[in-house]
Amino acid sequence: MSLISFFPDWMLTHGAAFLVVVPLIAGAIAAILPKRQIAAALTVAVSFICMLTSLLLVLQIIDGQTINYALGGWDAPHGIAYVVDGLNAPILFLISAIGFLVSVYGMPTIIAEVEPKKRAPFYAAFLICLAGLLGMVVTGDAFNVFVFLEVSSISTYSLVAMGASRDRRALTAAYNYLIMGSIGATFFVIGLGFLYMETGTLNMADMAVILREMEGGSRVSEIAFGFIIVGLGLKLAMFPLHTWLPGAYAHSPSMVTVFLASTATKAALYLLLRFVFTIFDVSFNYVFDVEIYLLAGLGMVGMILGSLQAIFQTDIRRVLAYSSVAQVGYMLLGVGLGTAAGLTAGYLHLMNHAVIKGALFMALGAFWYRYGITRVTDFNGLSKSMPWTMGAFTLGGLSLIGVPFTAGFTSKFRLVEAAFLKGWWWAVAIIVVSSVLAIIYIGRLLLAAYFQSPPEVNGHVVAKNEAPLLMLIPMWFLVLLSIAIGINADIMVDLAEGAASVLLPISAGATP
Amino acid sequence: MTYSAEMALALTLLIPLIAAPLILICRSQTNIREAVTLIAAILLLVNVANLVVTVAGGARPTLLLGTFAGEFDVSLTLEPLGAIFMAIASSLWLLNSLFAIGYMRGNNEKNQTRFYVFVAIAISAAMGIAAAGNLITLFIFYEALTLSTFPLVTHKGDAKAKRGGTIYALILMGTSLALFLPAIVGTHVIAGTTEFRVGGVFPEGTSLLATSVLLFLFAFGIGKAALMPVHPWLPNAMVAPTPVSALLHAVAVVKAGVFSILKIVIFTFGPAVTAATPMSTILSWVAAISIVVASLIALRQDNLKARLAYSTVSQLSYVTLGAMLAAPAALVGAGLQIVMHAWGKITLFMCAGAIYTVAHRTNISSFNGLGRSMPWVFGAFLVGSLSIIGIPPMGGSWPKYFLMVGAIDSGKAILLAALIMSSILNVIYLTPIAIRGFLKPPDNPEKDTEIRAIAKAHPWVIIPPVITAMGALILFFFAGPISDFLIPVLPLDSF
Repeated sequence: MSLISFFPDWMLTHGAAFLVVVPLIAGAIAAILPKRQIAAALTVAVSFICMLTSLLLVLQIIDGQTINYALGGWDAPHGIAYVVDGLNAPILFLISAIGFLVSVYGMPTIIAEVEPKKRAPFYAAFLICLAGLLGMVVTGDAFNVFVFLEVSSISTYSLVAMGASRDRRALTAAYNYLIMGSIGATFFVIGLGFLYMETGTLNMADMAVILREMEGGSRVSEIAFGFIIVGLGLKLAMFPLHTWLPGAYAHSPSMVTVFLASTATKAALYLLLRFVFTIFDVSFNYVFDVEIYLLAGLGMVGMILGSLQAIFQTDIRRVLAYSSVAQVGYMLLGVGLGTAAGLTAGYLHLMNHAVIKGALFMALGAFWYRYGITRVTDFNGLSKSMPWTMGAFTLGGLSLIGVPFTAGFTSKFRLVEAAFLKGWWWAVAIIVVSSVLAIIYIGRLLLAAYFQSPPEVNGHVVAKNEAPLLMLIPMWFLVLLSIAIGINADIMVDLAEGAASVLLPISAGATP
Repeated sequence: MTYSAEMALALTLLIPLIAAPLILICRSQTNIREAVTLIAAILLLVNVANLVVTVAGGARPTLLLGTFAGEFDVSLTLEPLGAIFMAIASSLWLLNSLFAIGYMRGNNEKNQTRFYVFVAIAISAAMGIAAAGNLITLFIFYEALTLSTFPLVTHKGDAKAKRGGTIYALILMGTSLALFLPAIVGTHVIAGTTEFRVGGVFPEGTSLLATSVLLFLFAFGIGKAALMPVHPWLPNAMVAPTPVSALLHAVAVVKAGVFSILKIVIFTFGPAVTAATPMSTILSWVAAISIVVASLIALRQDNLKARLAYSTVSQLSYVTLGAMLAAPAALVGAGLQIVMHAWGKITLFMCAGAIYTVAHRTNISSFNGLGRSMPWVFGAFLVGSLSIIGIPPMGGSWPKYFLMVGAIDSGKAILLAALIMSSILNVIYLTPIAIRGFLKPPDNPEKDTEIRAIAKAHPWVIIPPVITAMGALILFFFAGPISDFLIPVLPLDSF
């Protein structure tokens, strides 16, 4: 690959570690920086570097290779190994690219949403959160996952709480998230403890080998699996463990909402895939049961109930938050299908949804930034006062519904196809019903924006006031990306198939 | 580049599409602007005529526009049914453009440039529907037609127009996304393709449940066919200026709907599969009920356009009924109904527009004696009415005949009752309009004398309906060639 030759050698060898260390150190520096502008510039620069590094990692593994990086020169299984393969490299790129886009997008919004003296700490928490998310995805060590999970979670709690100057309810939302998140982390670490007890190792690859030799192990590993699933289920907002999500999305600063919606649940879902398919194995009876009945089952319940709840929300961010619960359901259904086609579809939907939801939440942030809009009823006439932002929201919304020529169509279609191939025609029906519900909750907003008159203030129609370019450009970048994926999804499908082949090595490359 | 059939196919979409920006450029010179529309319509008509001849010769010009998401082709393929739809839309675009010039100028409508631009775009979308080579392409042009006609429905810009436009967009977009699109995806998954093929695409052994569900989704997902209960968009779309109602809501949009249903029945399901699907029986009953109920509602409307709108809802269901019966005679009847109803109904709408332009009257109860002042308009209206009712020697009599034969062929003779009842209702709600105009004494004779003078100043709202009325009459003699033209796509063995 000729693109690789553009990168320096040290980046090639140390890229995996670089990705975590740089934002972590930058976070510490940002905390003590005196001015917001410098911290913002540092954040943009660091996230950009991370994006390039992860792009390099994607390029290195695209043909099916695996990068093993021994941290500090201590070899696995005793040292901590960072492993980059087809499963996590796209997620790394997704997280760092979204991180870069939101840090550009956040420059105007932070001024409006965060108190002056908290702005530098805000950037510090953001960078640490980025480091935590990248860390938990890149690491090949199970306990290290827990450490980074907590790094990202704790920084996220404080990021959510910083929405307090905009909306005091951010504090309760952050507290709620903290309690639920801690319960999740506790379950996860208890599960890891049992697993360590059973296998005597913390290295993921090692665990997998030992568990396979034990043919799934004793009841201890079964219980470990249960704890891990519940812990990760909380983190990824699997229905009915999603209760922290709407509050956290609705009240945090816009930039944090975008970042959380596009990355946090996705990283947790990645971990679920890693544990269910590569550390444990679907050939173990208990894993198989969980996959079929729990993941697919709860996924479908979430698809319907999440969408239904989205319809009845009055706060626009909550509409999209419940929609996220439903969309996580689509991904879980794909995972639950357990076939190469299903996993490809689920993984594709994971990436597409990050792009789509990112764009949608960016638009909501812009509506708040200009007009303080938080409620569904405030959407009246928005197409006239903010045509470009509303245009982005419209295209994003259509993509969420799954209209042809959008990213949402490609992944939903593949999911339908995968479900049908497996003979789960009732799952197809549920996908259709959930999409119809999406038409209702998105259509309701679009109708108000395009067909209602803008509100009048003192007898004058509200003037046109478009969002600043720094917000519009990242937003439209994501929107156009979702259209591009809708027209030609080859690269995304290749990546998703690569991921699926890591998860199901036997049926590698088996396409529908 | 030589003028090949493929080139002609591309041109059917391109001519109106190129005309749209040209109309916009010429907006300050209104005569040149209208000339652009007319020249484009003439070019399109010539081009389509050429294509019809090509298709009659057995050719099926095909054009691949692009591929998206790896496996979905956007492609055009012209077959006889599509060619017929093209021929209607392009010929009536020309006549309606003449009428529109008379109407828009006669009523000093605002934003005339916008009107002509979006009509041209809508025609391009209708051409795309006619030539769609697969369901995905059909869906794309179907949505394009909804979007391009929305500004036409809300043309007046007042609260009533906005409300009508909202219902229009809501029902058409909603049903297409919620039902039509899933049906397409379902078809692709079950059949492995969404291409249109003679005889259908579903493999043998496809469960009746699956085809039933899909047929249901298609029938109601294609909201443009206005099958009850998804019809309310059509009466609400009547807030649009009359040329829009005439061309789009009697021809392009509604015919795109029933054309799509007919095309899907013939080319996606295949008549044999449709007939074997239990859902088709249920849907033929829904269509029959729509026919009668919409006629009953039409009877109660005093506003002429509203009455014509419900009459359209009723007449469209004839096509759906024919498609669901799926017997060869019924399918020929459905195809003929698309042609005959288009010419008949556009006549009636143009007459309504002419009456509005000249006499500023919209309610039927105020038409007393108006026929004496506007004999040509009311004469055309009478001819159009007779064609819609289906009285020989009017074009509209053939589809009714074929549908009745089809109903008997497919063992559903009881549906004859609905057809006969509807014809009686048609007589009751259409003929009194012309009769009132000719036979009743005017309410205000002096006013009507003025109207006679005013009518002379508006030749372009009167000539086009007279032409289309003559067309409706002449088409009576062309039912044979049209059904011969359609035969290659029908299941011949049982014909």
